[in-house]
Amino acid sequence: MTTDTDIQGIYFDNNATTMVDPEVVEAMLPFFTEQFGNPSSMHLFGNKVGFAIKKARGQIQELLGAELDSEIVFTSCGTESDSTAILSALKAQPDRKEIITTVVEHPAVLALCEHLEKDGYKVHYLKVDGKGRLDLDAYREALSDQVAIVSVMWANNETGTLFPVLEMAEMAKAAGVLFHTDAVQAVGKVPIDLKNSAIDMLSLSGHKLHAPKGIGVLYVRRNTRFRPLLRGGHQERGRRAGTENTASIVALGKACEMALEHMSQEQTTVRALRDRLEQGILEAVPYSFVTGDPDNRLPNTANIAFEYIEGEAILLLLNKLGIAASSGSACTSGSLEPSHVMRAMGIPYTAAHGTTRFSLSRYNTMDEVERVIQAVPPIVAQLRKLSPYWGANGPVEEPGKAFAPAYA
Amino acid sequence: MWEYSEKVQEHFFSPRNAGAVEDANATGDVGSLACGDALRLTLKVNPETDVILDAGFQTFGCGSAIASSSALTEIIKGKTLDEALKVTNQEIADYLDGLPPEKMHCSVMGREALQAAIANYRGEEWKDDHEEGALVCKCFAVDSTLIENTIRDNGLTTVEDVVNFTKAGGGCSACHEGIEEVLTKVLAEEGKSFNPAARSVAVAMPAAPAAPAKMTNIQRIRRIETVLESIRPTLQRDHGDVELVDIDGKNVYVNMKGACSGCQMAAVTLEGIQERIIDELGEFVRVLPAQAMPKAERAYG
Repeated sequence: MTTDTDIQGIYFDNNATTMVDPEVVEAMLPFFTEQFGNPSSMHLFGNKVGFAIKKARGQIQELLGAELDSEIVFTSCGTESDSTAILSALKAQPDRKEIITTVVEHPAVLALCEHLEKDGYKVHYLKVDGKGRLDLDAYREALSDQVAIVSVMWANNETGTLFPVLEMAEMAKAAGVLFHTDAVQAVGKVPIDLKNSAIDMLSLSGHKLHAPKGIGVLYVRRNTRFRPLLRGGHQERGRRAGTENTASIVALGKACEMALEHMSQEQTTVRALRDRLEQGILEAVPYSFVTGDPDNRLPNTANIAFEYIEGEAILLLLNKLGIAASSGSACTSGSLEPSHVMRAMGIPYTAAHGTTRFSLSRYNTMDEVERVIQAVPPIVAQLRKLSPYWGANGPVEEPGKAFAPAYA
Repeated sequence: MWEYSEKVQEHFFSPRNAGAVEDANATGDVGSLACGDALRLTLKVNPETDVILDAGFQTFGCGSAIASSSALTEIIKGKTLDEALKVTNQEIADYLDGLPPEKMHCSVMGREALQAAIANYRGEEWKDDHEEGALVCKCFAVDSTLIENTIRDNGLTTVEDVVNFTKAGGGCSACHEGIEEVLTKVLAEEGKSFNPAARSVAVAMPAAPAAPAKMTNIQRIRRIETVLESIRPTLQRDHGDVELVDIDGKNVYVNMKGACSGCQMAAVTLEGIQERIIDELGEFVRVLPAQAMPKAERAYG
């Protein structure tokens, strides 16, 4: 869809995907041309590429704080990493028929778990409170020798809320249960030190941290019982067959190196941008609030619910101004319900459909933040003027009673 | 991002008749908060003539919900209530140069708001007569509730049946897993299980295809016409049509008209028609487009 202006767009949708850093592009380009060899080949063409992959593995190892570079397994995406981890655990422990996860996971985990239920597995879905936080007592109760694997996301993609995965991994270890975390949103934004944790497996996705789409990693701690998803060649020590996506692997290595360099910037500069954005919008827009846990979340994510209006309409109007964000409304996903994350936190429908996620990166500027702060209030006001829940100067009295439509 | 027509975008960015009509004497509130679309339609109706003098909308919803509301108010202004009641959701969608399949329910909501408002004006009670399920077939915008009801009403047992009765799954076929799930669920209600190898219901029913071996030509043509008549409303919903051109032994030549002509789904539709005619006649026929008729016949016929 086109925008009205020819101004440079403002990209505040970095939890969806990120721009590939120009330095990353530069690093990967030779691997399409002169460095085209197959790393498995014996000759010089392949050998050099093999070394480049080894270097990339080391760069990723360092960002994750993994003990060994052999713990890094390249995959095609975050979803493949998640599926590999969960299915591997089930395959390796055929007597264990239970899985523990949470109600707010990404579909990469949730849809797989729902599918596994049809095959007879029992899935414990841990609930969250109004701020998207888990109840660790409920988790402790669910842990048993029947559980094959725990899969809990490090950070929520919609709200940025962080889960206590380090503590949960220790609890799993004590119970003798494998622990996997989908850290697709966390890697590159929060410091990670896997060698000093009890996490057995971790998924990451290249395109969330300024590497290209189509490359992911599954970290598999040494000695973790593992069964490959794809069997075939000996690539990745037989843990993931298929010729390596060499250019993207090199790119991911470079992106991880840069992420490590900029880690403190995420926690300071990006956080300051996010905080200013949030404060500016909340101040100017009545009947809006932050969803998730403001005290414990990713530094780049602001998820704001604008009450009595719908998210897709907000996004279309923002898009007209060249501003990119995303929404938890039903319409933006093509489903009949608003975001499962908002529903799980008990956000009422009148607010859940109006949730708008702004996710920043180190490439955003304070000037962009100020422009978005200016843009949002008139858009919200314009849509509220159309809303049956909105009166002259605010919501109608008892909105639920004043407008109670027949289901159609 | 949805592919919205220019017209949808225009009605969303600059909606007509937004807000409640002053001195309205008819109000219709419809929609579902869970789905994220709800609409209040207010009308000012001339009590002498029943003409809609003014219409206004207030919508909680997405871009196409707002555009559909705007279009609805434009369409009905100046119409009498009886004329307005004839407005279909397809007309609302057409007014906007079409809506994506996932968004057709927005136009349905517009039509229902109108029905509710007119019932309100006439002092009647309006009851919503349909519920909507999750979208299963994206090619033809068929939802799970429609599929479930059709399975129950017609005792369907196979994906093929569902395609024939609802069109769902007749396009790209990516939703066949979803259709199998719906079948499994509905069949389970009756204590049956889904069997992928089951024969489709039309073939399994012994009564219909047991046609007399010897049918006169006229009887045969009439039965083929009957099948085409029964299919026609489905095609017309999509602005297409079909007409019988000739029958030559086992070959039945038809003309696909309107939106059906040149539609990439035409071949699929022909197959569906062929199956229905085979079921009806109890003999094998081949349904072909009229273009496939031997040249001489076409030139002189």
